[in-house]
Amino acid sequence: MTTVTFDSYRMPADWRDFIALTKPRVMTLVVFTGLCGLLAAPGNIHPVLAFTTILCIAVGAGAAAALNQWYEADIDAKMKRTANRPLPAGRMDRQSALHFGVGLSFFSVVLLGLATNWLAAAVLAVSILFYVIVYTIWLKPRTAQNIVIGGAAGAFPPVIGWAAVTGDIGALPIALFMLTFFWTPPHFWSLALFVKTDYAAAGIPMLPVVSGEVTTRRQIWLYTAIMAAAAMAPVLLQLTGLIYGLTALVGTALFAVFAFQVYRRRESDQTRMGPERRLFKYSILYLFLLFGAVVVDRWVLA
Amino acid sequence: MTPEEERQIRARQKSRSLVTGLVLVFLVILFFAITMAKIGVSDAI
Repeated sequence: MTTVTFDSYRMPADWRDFIALTKPRVMTLVVFTGLCGLLAAPGNIHPVLAFTTILCIAVGAGAAAALNQWYEADIDAKMKRTANRPLPAGRMDRQSALHFGVGLSFFSVVLLGLATNWLAAAVLAVSILFYVIVYTIWLKPRTAQNIVIGGAAGAFPPVIGWAAVTGDIGALPIALFMLTFFWTPPHFWSLALFVKTDYAAAGIPMLPVVSGEVTTRRQIWLYTAIMAAAAMAPVLLQLTGLIYGLTALVGTALFAVFAFQVYRRRESDQTRMGPERRLFKYSILYLFLLFGAVVVDRWVLA
Repeated sequence: MTPEEERQIRARQKSRSLVTGLVLVFLVILFFAITMAKIGVSDAI
């Protein structure tokens, strides 16, 4: 952090940099899956409390992102993609980020507990701790399977949304957790194939860096197969109806076609990564479609 | 500290205070709404 001068420490960070610290773009998917978990749950929740639940999930995710950047400021400084984040760029001091992250974590968990119930709040607390301690501090610097386990943190929101309504954790939110969990590896690794982040320079063992692209492509295909089983589980276990069943069947079949194309290719030229980009873009649409279908199913059948 | 730096710091403090104020106003409204929802007079809002 040699670029940070005495004056820039005295300069208070711009409020926009605190917003940037919460990674608002990553938040959209988390908010959406959380909302779907909430809407798919049986029973009623007051709209104000439903709004508060989603707000707490978003704030909790933002807190986790802030703590992640507090811990990884040195690593982010070594990679082009992340070097301009508020901490490595020297626009904010680390302690502000730490206080902001810890403060938001406590705030979101306590507010969720008071507004809904303490099971939902506990799952939110576990998801924040999981992301910061298990993923960021423990596994990310140690294993090439890091994002697989890290994906669990992103899979918690539907469970939180469900628990906020019902006060328990049913089979459907667990199935949705599994779907998001096994969706993360193909989603993230397809991105890793066409965006060459300089992980090697920062000492982060990302799969394409450690094991090469061929292994990455094989692992994408492997996790897609497991994800397909997780995607069909809700309808096979009769937790959802036909609308989800058909959406999952067609959507997953298309996912498998795109993943298979990526698996069979041996391209490493960055400018010719069409199928990899397509799989990545489609994977986002896929998750939105399937979660949307769970909600439509419940509201149409009800 | 030059006058220019002083001016920048003041401007930043001002914008941060403004945002903090807006967040607090939002929280007052939110907590009121949550309270109404929890004590079951939800029809009133």
